[in-house]
Order: sequence, then structure tokens, then C-alpha cells
Amino acid sequence: MSEKAADTEVWTSNGYELVVGLEVHVELLTRTKLFSGSPNHFGDDPNTNIDPVSLGLPGALPVLNRQAVELAMRLGLALNCTIQRSTFARKNYFYPDMPKAYQISQYDEPISVDGWLDLPSGFRVGIERGHLEEDTGKSTHMGGAGGRIHGSDYSLIDFNRAGVPLVEIVSRPDIRTPEQAKAYVSELRAILIAVGASDAKMEEGSMRVDANVSVRLPGAELGTRCEVKNVNSIRSVGRAIEYEAQRQVGMLEAGESIRQETRHWDENDGRTHTLRSKEDADDYRYFQEPDLVVVDPDVGWIETVRSSLPVLPAARRQLLAELTGQTTDAEAVLVVTERGQDEYVLSVAQAGGDAARALVHVKEAFAEQGDDPSIPAADLAKLTSLEIDGALTATQAKQVLAEIVAGNGGDAAAIAASKGFEAMDDSELQSMIDGAISAQADAWAKFCAGDGKAMGALVGAVMKASRGQADGKAVTAILNERRQNT
Amino acid sequence: MSDRITSEAVAKVAKLARLSLSDDELQQATHQLSDMLDHFADIDALDLESVEPMTHPMDIANVMRDDVVLDVLDREEVLDAAPVAEDGRFRVPPILGLDD
Repeated sequence: MSEKAADTEVWTSNGYELVVGLEVHVELLTRTKLFSGSPNHFGDDPNTNIDPVSLGLPGALPVLNRQAVELAMRLGLALNCTIQRSTFARKNYFYPDMPKAYQISQYDEPISVDGWLDLPSGFRVGIERGHLEEDTGKSTHMGGAGGRIHGSDYSLIDFNRAGVPLVEIVSRPDIRTPEQAKAYVSELRAILIAVGASDAKMEEGSMRVDANVSVRLPGAELGTRCEVKNVNSIRSVGRAIEYEAQRQVGMLEAGESIRQETRHWDENDGRTHTLRSKEDADDYRYFQEPDLVVVDPDVGWIETVRSSLPVLPAARRQLLAELTGQTTDAEAVLVVTERGQDEYVLSVAQAGGDAARALVHVKEAFAEQGDDPSIPAADLAKLTSLEIDGALTATQAKQVLAEIVAGNGGDAAAIAASKGFEAMDDSELQSMIDGAISAQADAWAKFCAGDGKAMGALVGAVMKASRGQADGKAVTAILNERRQNT
Repeated sequence: MSDRITSEAVAKVAKLARLSLSDDELQQATHQLSDMLDHFADIDALDLESVEPMTHPMDIANVMRDDVVLDVLDREEVLDAAPVAEDGRFRVPPILGLDD
């Protein structure tokens, strides 16, 4: 994997290097909430999915959702974590979107610990923990400037989200570039979807990223970090980290010190702004949740969950890369695997097609097809065979493919024939090349003198003469051969 | 009485808990919390190497329910009980930062 080298890079500015750890909250795909039976469903009318537990009514008692525990285990195992005996605690603070005045969260004994996530480049990011907790309600700030808390006149609260099960996945501070942070979020999202733990929609808030950003001189202790919130897309993960790191470097260069605080990323002005100074963990006065008992999955349950995991994206990319002769972080491999079309490419190969050509076609022409393309694999296999045999040029194959896709399948040979695509016989091609050489005598001379760029004019002339039907590869081969013989 | 906790620390905890204490109440709470911490110091002095930490008085694990939707509360009935409601939601005064 030659492209691995890119990932040993470290973001630096004025001699400072970047250190990032990510905390990602994901909503689990359960039918009901973590501690009560009202629906876990995004987008319903406000306050229609509420019950005494999610409203924190006096006397209401939480009962743990088994499916939430199982999905947390699936995710933990997919992230190579150890699943351990875990407990819940109360995190005490006052906020109107949390009517109990405490959030039930796993604290010192989380369900998943000590795992890792490998990026497509091969770079490994450690996972410190994954813990279960309940989501809060949703506040809408009214009046004031642009829906921000500060300056608003009042707030409206919807408790549909209160009690929705979350897993918070905490990475180790292993990330060194904004690109790695983006790749981490993207890979985590792919894993979440693959194991069915979450729909991981950043735009709907079912996956939320907080970035702990600090800078330091190489070899120094970790610098003071700022937590950046409100990072709502993979693109803004990179932008927010880049901005925040530059801000910190600027402050240090100016002789100021970094204050540990929570900052808010503003997508519109491309900056981070102080939200609040960071609370001490002590201020939350954590203590064991007396209304819940320990969660202690036995080996049988853990192994049942482990054996039910699907093949994960990293292994699927590996397989596809080997089959097509690509690297695991080649764009086509990433895109096709993310669309879930990697298995389709494998089936084209099984049907006798050329895997590498199939990968290119699927990436280019199957964007609308979803993970179960409607075009028979055998049809694409036949098309790639015609290309490999030299019966179709790349340009012609593309046109035939467009018809196959439009018709949800079709015989490549018949479509090629109906378009008049016939392999040009060798003598016809040779005479076109003769014509090109005499018409572009200057280019031919330069090409013979070793100027590789001059070949373009010669190939162009042949293409023009053949109205695009000549096989560019064959033309190139013949030109090279003739040059050697001169 | 010992002074295991300062009245400043107690005042901070009171503020976090949104409790408003008079000077007398602050003194009283400081005394009481110091007494409790004395008791924990007594426990700390024991050799408890072989005793498992107790996380819950009930020695049971894995009490869970199936992921099945149950009845929800009626929104209008619930919002009728709120001091102010608007647009199907609870209306609350402007939210200040946790520092404020």
C-alpha cells in the first residue's frame, strides 16, 4: 500500500503539531428509548413520543432496553473493544432539556473499552471507550439573533429525543491531521451502518462529533485542549479542526495561554467561538444510579453477538482491492464499498468478467443503483470481456454501459453492434496511423526525438479520422512500436 | 468537629445544586458534611483489600426489558400541566450558560 505514506504526515504550523481526540455520540437504532417504552423516532411532532420516564416525572423508574445493550455490544466488538461488566451513574446538572436534572450515563465502568479503528490508509486510531447514555430533549431558542442561546428571549423544549439511547465513542488522542479526523468519522459511520447500530445521519443529529483539539511543540507534553462542538458534517470536521488549531497556534505565538473551554463551531463564519469554560468532572457530582443494576453480559451473549457481525467495511475493501489490483484507500475502492456495491463487483468477476474494469464501471455509472444493482452481473461481465478482448474501446464501452444501465441490463455485444461499434481491423488502423504521421509530421519528428507529449497530437489525429472509434490503447502501442523500428 | 471540608467548598456544592443557604445553614451543612467525611475516613482506615466494591445493594444483574413500544402520554394533557406551553412544546425562560 504505497499511499500509506500520506498518513505518517503530521499537521504542523509554526513548528507546532496538532493533537486531536474525537468524541462521537451516536443514536442507536432501537424501536424504543433507553429506559422506557416510548418510540425512538426522528421527525415526529414535538412531544408525541413522551412518557413519565422521559419527562422525569416523580416516581418514574428506568428499565434498561436489552436491544440498546446489544447494539452497544455490536458496535464495541466492531471497534475491537473488550465488552465488560458495566454500571450507570447520574451526571447531575440543571438544564431545561433534561427534566430529571441528571443524565443517566455510564461513567467509570463503561460497557466497551480499549479498542481501535483502522483508517482506510492503514493508520490506527485507539478507542478508549464506548459508553451508553440517554439523549436529552431538544431546545429551540426563540427570538434574539439567529436561534443562538445568547440573546434569545425564551426557549421551546421537545422531549421526543429525551431518553433516546446513545453510545458515546471516545477515541484516544492519536489523530494528527484534519484529514485523519475526517477519515475516522467517515469510517466510524460506515461501521455503524454496517453493524446496524445507527443510521449515523449527521444532518439529523443521529451522529454528532465533538473534537478535542490541542497543539504542542513536537515531543512536548499534551497542550491545553479545547472541545469544539456543533461540527455537523464530515467536511466541517476538517474545517473546524484546522481553524481551531491555527487559532491556538496564533495565541501561543502571541505569548498567550490557551484556556480550557468548550467552543462552538460556526459553519457560516468558519470560526469557533467560546461557549463556556469547561466544567470539572467533579462539578457533575457523579454517583451510581441506584435505580439500575449492573449490566454484565456473559461470554455466551458476547460471542453470539460477535458471530452475528457482518463483514466490516475494512475487510470488504481489502477483498475488493485484492481482486481489482488497487490499494485499499483507492478512491474507486472507497466509493464502491461505501455504496455497498463491492459484492456486486465480486459477482461480476464470478460471472467471468474483469474485476478491475467492473470496478471502474460501477464507480462511474452505478451512483444511482444502491447496494443491490438491478443490472444482471453477467451483462456487465460480458461488457468487460469485450473490452479486454479489444473488441470495444474504453469510449465505446462507456456508451454501451450507459445503454445497459438505462435498460436495466442488456447484451453488450448486441448493443455494440446496433451502434456500429466494430473492432477496427488492423490494416484500417495502420493506414489511419500512416495518415496521421504524414499530416502531423512535426509531431512525429518530436515524438521520435523522445518528446512523449507529442504523442497526443498523433493519437488525436487518428481519433479524429476514426470519429472516435479507434482504440486509444492500440494506437499508442502501434505508435511506440513504429518509433522503435525507425 | 473536624474540618474535612471548607465552607467555601460547601457553598460551591450548594450553588451547583441550586440551593440557597443562609450563613447559619451553610455552617450547619459544613458540620454535617465534615461528620460524614469523618465516617468515610473511618471506613478508609479498614483493611478492605478482599472486599469487592458494592455498586448496588441488590445482588442482581442484567435486568432488562424487550424493545417494545408502549403507550405514550397525551401531549395536550401533559402540556396543560406545564406553566407555559407554545406550539406543542414547553416554553421556558431564556437559557443562560452553565456559568451564569
